Amino acid sequence: MNAIVTVIGKDQVGITAAVCSLLAQQNINILDITQTILQDYFTMVMLVDVSACQQDIGQISELLNKAGEERGLSIRIQREDIFNAMHRI
Amino acid sequence: MLNQKEILQTIEMIDQQHLDVRTITMGISLLSCARSDPKQACDAIYDKITTYAEKLVSTGEEIEREFGIPIVNKRISVTPIALVAAAADTKDYTPFAHALDRAAKTTGVNFIGGFSALVQKGMTEADRNLIRSIPEALSTTDVVCSSVNVGSTKAGIDMDAVAMMGRTIKELAQRTADQGGFGCAKLVVFCNAVEDNPFMAGAFHGVGEPERVINVGVSGPGVVHHALQSVKGQPFDVVAETIKKTAFRITRMGQLVAQEASRRLDTPFGIVDLSLAPTPAIGDSVARILEEMGLEVCGTHGTTAALALLNDAVKKGGVMASSHVGGLSGAFIPVSEDEGMIAAAASGALTLDKLEAMTCVCSVGLDMIAVPGDTSAETISAIIADEAAIGMVNSKTTAVRLIPAPGKKVGDTVEFGGLLGSAPIQPVHPFSAQDFIARGGRIPAPMQSLKN
Repeated sequence: MNAIVTVIGKDQVGITAAVCSLLAQQNINILDITQTILQDYFTMVMLVDVSACQQDIGQISELLNKAGEERGLSIRIQREDIFNAMHRI
Repeated sequence: MLNQKEILQTIEMIDQQHLDVRTITMGISLLSCARSDPKQACDAIYDKITTYAEKLVSTGEEIEREFGIPIVNKRISVTPIALVAAAADTKDYTPFAHALDRAAKTTGVNFIGGFSALVQKGMTEADRNLIRSIPEALSTTDVVCSSVNVGSTKAGIDMDAVAMMGRTIKELAQRTADQGGFGCAKLVVFCNAVEDNPFMAGAFHGVGEPERVINVGVSGPGVVHHALQSVKGQPFDVVAETIKKTAFRITRMGQLVAQEASRRLDTPFGIVDLSLAPTPAIGDSVARILEEMGLEVCGTHGTTAALALLNDAVKKGGVMASSHVGGLSGAFIPVSEDEGMIAAAASGALTLDKLEAMTCVCSVGLDMIAVPGDTSAETISAIIADEAAIGMVNSKTTAVRLIPAPGKKVGDTVEFGGLLGSAPIQPVHPFSAQDFIARGGRIPAPMQSLKN
């Protein structure tokens, strides 16, 4: 099952590394990454595969949330379905 | 593959424009709970609801976490209690409301609807018992909602029930006087009530519905408002298209959540209700959408036309996004629950008469409007009759949820808190309709009812 991870917040050293290592620890495979800086704001969108992950998305979401709070970032994971539903017929 | 812009747009809708699923409502049939012993009936009701809806709240929360979309309310609607309690040897139906209240609290939902009666063509003894029990039932419970359907296009308007409801609303306001008449916020008087409405306070599980069902109500006035800000000054064709596209997206999300909830709860999916339901939060207002179309204040001339366009475009956009559309589906205009409506009413721009006109073209009716505490029962009944007539003639649902706030007069404000917001007291006409309401009987069904 695919999910979308988004990271939004003030740019700082090590954001990508921190998020990627957290995902790797949970056995979540990154399929695609896009990243830009919009008006000083770091914006990263990742397409990930969570099928090999032992925990459910709810738990991963809490882990990412916590990691985000520590760095003053908004990090979230959402099932891909919601974006497909809203943007694809 | 989704692009970054689309993903960020969705996140912005959720974070900044109050996009949410307003409610997942489980409809439960209580017809099997009819017993001659009222205590046994109440036990059966409690057991059935708590069994069927045991996982409703936790499932809603799971979906919320996985999809990252807020699901504001989880609720239950049940078979109109007048039907279930009719077999019971009692005239006091308050214990049934208490059973619903307990069951709702056990399951963790924030409202349960269905302390209801359908009396559009006349009242059974059970219907009368239920209506008489409303003041006691709603003033001694916390989360039970009640509705009474007094008219329909097919049956006409039951004016005896209309008269009774005016008195009931007054009594309920008195009994909850310490909360500004809050009890009346949980009571809706309908014409053409729908059987699959997921929104409170008017939700009940109709007799044509299955054993249990999942209905979902979406919302998103903030998203529509934001979308319209990007088409300032453009013709109404563009406005309508913009609203349609936005409504489509919102509804697709609602449909996804509804299907997911239905699968996980092993309960059939009923409908998605395509409604724009405002909240008192800034940026979540239907009134502000109307103003965005070019009105200085909601309630001024042009408001009805703006609302008609909005209501229609929401439906057109949403209908293709869902496999089954139902409920009330349209724009809600509750005064106390909409920051822009509150401001418009407080400034005097939005009057009761204008609101009545607006209900001809939107999804429901005179909703969450506070009127002076000394408004007579007959005047309230007359307001209900007017609103029911609009519904009856136009083959649409209309409703009245008025709060005659005890001790309050025009210029005061009554606070309800939370999603119910606050309402400035709005003036009613001082001239009497007493003799009109005293007639009783039935207003015949209009020609529109003869479609066969």
